[in-house]
Amino acid sequence: MKYIPLFIIGIIFGIILVKGEIVSWFRIQEMFRFHSFHMYGVIGSAVVVGFISVNLIRWFKIRSISGEKIDLTPKPLKKVANISGGFLFGLGWALTGACPGPIYVLIGTGAFIFVIVLISAWLGTYVYGLVRKWLPH
Amino acid sequence: MLGALFGGTIAVLITGNPVQVHVSTETLADLNKLGISDFSGLIPNDIFSINSLFTMKGMVFIVLGGFLVGFGTRWADGCTSGHAITGLSLMAPSSMLAVLGFLAGGLVSTHIILPLVL
Repeated sequence: MKYIPLFIIGIIFGIILVKGEIVSWFRIQEMFRFHSFHMYGVIGSAVVVGFISVNLIRWFKIRSISGEKIDLTPKPLKKVANISGGFLFGLGWALTGACPGPIYVLIGTGAFIFVIVLISAWLGTYVYGLVRKWLPH
Repeated sequence: MLGALFGGTIAVLITGNPVQVHVSTETLADLNKLGISDFSGLIPNDIFSINSLFTMKGMVFIVLGGFLVGFGTRWADGCTSGHAITGLSLMAPSSMLAVLGFLAGGLVSTHIILPLVL
């Protein structure tokens, strides 16, 4: 039962990503060619809404649906990892036109070839686990 | 994850398939020059199909692309939602660096790798 609210939020998230055209490979290409404001507008306004939300959560000490405290500690700074991992992620983002969330959404829209993208991405996280001790962070 | 997947399905049921995205004419012209001609739907069928999977193109876009998304997300400690949206909302230095990395990687793929592979 406790997963039902999460499931509903996931559905809303998926619908918004399709209707906002965020899961469009063509939109990602457009973004990396600086041909349109579309993606920058979406991400930019999401950051503004996020900024307001985290501050509201802090002021009013809002708890999560399950009643837990919401942890708003920023991710720790790991200069080399943030930049090099980010770079590899960016390479993959422009190739597949999808970041992790949209991979699931695209499969839902019927783009079943993205099951292969998903398996590759899982494999990527697995291989990271294998080699992380040799990687700079 | 499952919710987002069904959200995608519901969105297509509402909107009708294929979802037509109207990107800028400059982008269309650039992609056309690279040999992409099918602009219907959310993804280019010229690249993302079962037939292209076992070609060089399919391997790079589908298999290597997915791998980099997974590997990069773990190494950078987050993706677009974790770093770009949540991280920037929290004004986290780690997220600012990661977003710069995303942008650099995306630009290299778009302007260097795409013309080489397509």
